[in-house]
Amino acid sequence: MTDSRPVLTMTGISKSFPGVRALHDVNFRLFPGEVHALMGENGAGKSTLIKVLTGVYDTDEGAITLDGEPVSFSGPMQATAAGVSTVFQEVNLCTNLSVAENIFIGREPRLLGAVRWGEVRRRARALLARLDLDLDVSAPLGSYSLAIQQMVAIARAIDIKARVLILDEPTSSLDASEVAQLFRIMRQLRDEGIAILFVTHFLDQVYEIADRITVLRNGGLVGEYLTTELPQLSLVEKMIGKELDVLEGIEEHSRRDLAALEEGTPLVAVSNFGRAGAVEPFSLTIHAGEVVGLAGLLGSGRTEVARLLFGADRADGGQVAVDGEASSLRTPAQAIDHGVGFCSENRRAEGIVADLSVRENMILAMQAARGWLRPIPRRRQDELVDKYVKALNIRPADPEVPVRNLSGGNQQKVLLARWLITEPRLLILDEPTRGIDIGAKTEIQKLVTQLSDGGMAVLFISAELEEVLRLSHKVAVMRDRQMVAQLANDESLDADRIMQTIASGSHREEADA
Amino acid sequence: MTTGTLTAGRTRFRLPRKQIPVLATLALLLVMYGIGVSQYTAFSNVQVIFNVFIDNGFLLVVAVGMTFVILTGGIDLSVGSVVAMTAMVSAALLQDGMPAALVLVIALLIGPTLGLLMGCVIHFFEIQPFIVTLAGMFFARGMCTFISGASIPITDGFWTSMSQERIGDPRGNFVSISVLIAFVVVVIAAYTLAYTRLGRNVYAIGGNPQSALLMGLPVGRTRIAVYTISGLCSAIGGILLSFYTLSGAPLIAVGMELDVIAAVVIGGTVLTGGAGYVFGTVLGVLVLGVIQTLITFDGSLNSWWTKIVIGGLLFAFILLQRLIGIRYK
Repeated sequence: MTDSRPVLTMTGISKSFPGVRALHDVNFRLFPGEVHALMGENGAGKSTLIKVLTGVYDTDEGAITLDGEPVSFSGPMQATAAGVSTVFQEVNLCTNLSVAENIFIGREPRLLGAVRWGEVRRRARALLARLDLDLDVSAPLGSYSLAIQQMVAIARAIDIKARVLILDEPTSSLDASEVAQLFRIMRQLRDEGIAILFVTHFLDQVYEIADRITVLRNGGLVGEYLTTELPQLSLVEKMIGKELDVLEGIEEHSRRDLAALEEGTPLVAVSNFGRAGAVEPFSLTIHAGEVVGLAGLLGSGRTEVARLLFGADRADGGQVAVDGEASSLRTPAQAIDHGVGFCSENRRAEGIVADLSVRENMILAMQAARGWLRPIPRRRQDELVDKYVKALNIRPADPEVPVRNLSGGNQQKVLLARWLITEPRLLILDEPTRGIDIGAKTEIQKLVTQLSDGGMAVLFISAELEEVLRLSHKVAVMRDRQMVAQLANDESLDADRIMQTIASGSHREEADA
Repeated sequence: MTTGTLTAGRTRFRLPRKQIPVLATLALLLVMYGIGVSQYTAFSNVQVIFNVFIDNGFLLVVAVGMTFVILTGGIDLSVGSVVAMTAMVSAALLQDGMPAALVLVIALLIGPTLGLLMGCVIHFFEIQPFIVTLAGMFFARGMCTFISGASIPITDGFWTSMSQERIGDPRGNFVSISVLIAFVVVVIAAYTLAYTRLGRNVYAIGGNPQSALLMGLPVGRTRIAVYTISGLCSAIGGILLSFYTLSGAPLIAVGMELDVIAAVVIGGTVLTGGAGYVFGTVLGVLVLGVIQTLITFDGSLNSWWTKIVIGGLLFAFILLQRLIGIRYK
């Protein structure tokens, strides 16, 4: 591989946004027939590098060559035409159009200017068959799952005689078997000589599929390495730029005595709480200072539980007690009154207001709780915002930068800060660490621990069992929209046992809780 | 809500969801026609239907242009004023003795030019279509009164022949030339939306403009094109209106943009863009036309009842779209 010429090189790339230096003098190269992982924490500059490469952004400085020829793409269309195709992190297709049209729009086979729909469908079926996908190509794309939509996006990308395929975090919303299917397709394409640039946060995936790794940190290049010559630990160290001892100490926390925590009146207790079509009725108690983990597969009803507890969806029935007194959680406003905060998993659509600054985003919930007639004095705002920018290590540490200029992980921290400022008594965190890098992840985990030590109750939802185990005092397991078990996090509980519970749906363990 | 559908291969309720609004409009139209026929014996006369087309041909053409704009998720408030301006310019130029052919060319250029300008402002300055076309609306309406404060009659031979020509069957039923022109516009528009890249890009942009951009589609060009098309359709509509009234009046077609938007929405095109058909727009215009006809036949009802019924229907259809949208998204 190394003796062939790189198909793509990027040299001395720099790019700044108002208030943010996103890339500084970065070099990158890509060889035919390799999977090259681009690694770095959130805000390291991965997405910016890809957008510069595909012409979404102009470069401030630097040169790009394709097959030795200097190129400068004016946008994704031109990049695609030159053989550089991108599948972005969020599926960027049109769900209102059919599967076939999504693959071919912009380059449909035509006869005298008229789109040949029969030919479009036939070719779409052939292309999907090559990827082992059996779909109704006439159905609207929106009728398929995100995972399938991702595959369709890849089908679209490779149809254009792509020589360079860029996959920007394609796996963040896929389950294990879907990831396996994706990797099979990636290997097949690699063996056909396509150069694949792969961005992910999952280290295991990098070691499973990548031949070479380039690491970025804070907009700068750390280095390029062969995967076989870079142990996982050194990779992490290179990404975060420090030794990885931060996880220590967290482990001990969750093994505290659950019984002691559960002595007093529960902060929130619900029973027979459910919503038809979303989640079966369940009962759950959460005490002050307790971290309750919610484990289960994607789609098992975890988010639905969170939305019910926050009043975002209305429960069909059941009882709610807050501080031992009968109450209700029928609207988010009521929940907020009771001191419940909710960080949604869907930060882009449901949380962050991209055009507002970091400061404005952070004070939103507090301002709402005070009522709009009582503005928070600017000095108090600055105090609070400064405190949380420091505490959560938000980068860039400038409260006046629009949130959209921040990376995903930093946006997540801003969202978290928004709720922390209101000093909730129960904080619901739905996948707070998904799609963010290991450094930010660790910081958020540490924070959860600190918060619960300070008496805050936390409902922690995550697909990563290790994380749930590390943080929770008690783990509630979801399966097929039912809460099938509540397990005390004692010596006997490990990831295997949770997996078994998810797999078998056993009710036996309920006594534990 | 977001995680419920991630399982591979599982599909949600498929299809004709997209066609439901159009089917609902069709059903509504048939019911209204049935009511008319059962109440008034003369209603079953074919000429009643033809008259709906004759009276609303210009509205139909303008609504077709609006369909393009709304499919991209935009809006064009300038159409009524552009219709009036086109008729005024034609009437004024004809009065000055300019040949009819040249007048037609000039009149047909004004609308698209204004549309092109508005499209460029919307795209390049990233300004809401609502406000840009509102400005266009005031501008065009102002131009009407600038040309003349009073109505200008048209006496040109070509115009009067277009106005009076009847194309009919042996039994005496007929349509005007305007109806044929409107029909041609509808067919071309339906073909463009279904079979050309421009048309498909319109749907893609309405579905998700960000995605359309990243898929490499010419978003800017398409967006500018739909406002130009809407301007052209308004210009054609203006000519048809001047055929129909044989005059140009500064205050004609005031508020027409709202009727047009109502027709498009009742025809099943979603206001947020990405779903809808020209055929639906035809049905939407017919619904408005049949309501007017029913109220005319009744004779005792105030013509404002038309507005009240349209208001009610608009509500119903927007609710229907919302209900479908909630499950479809």
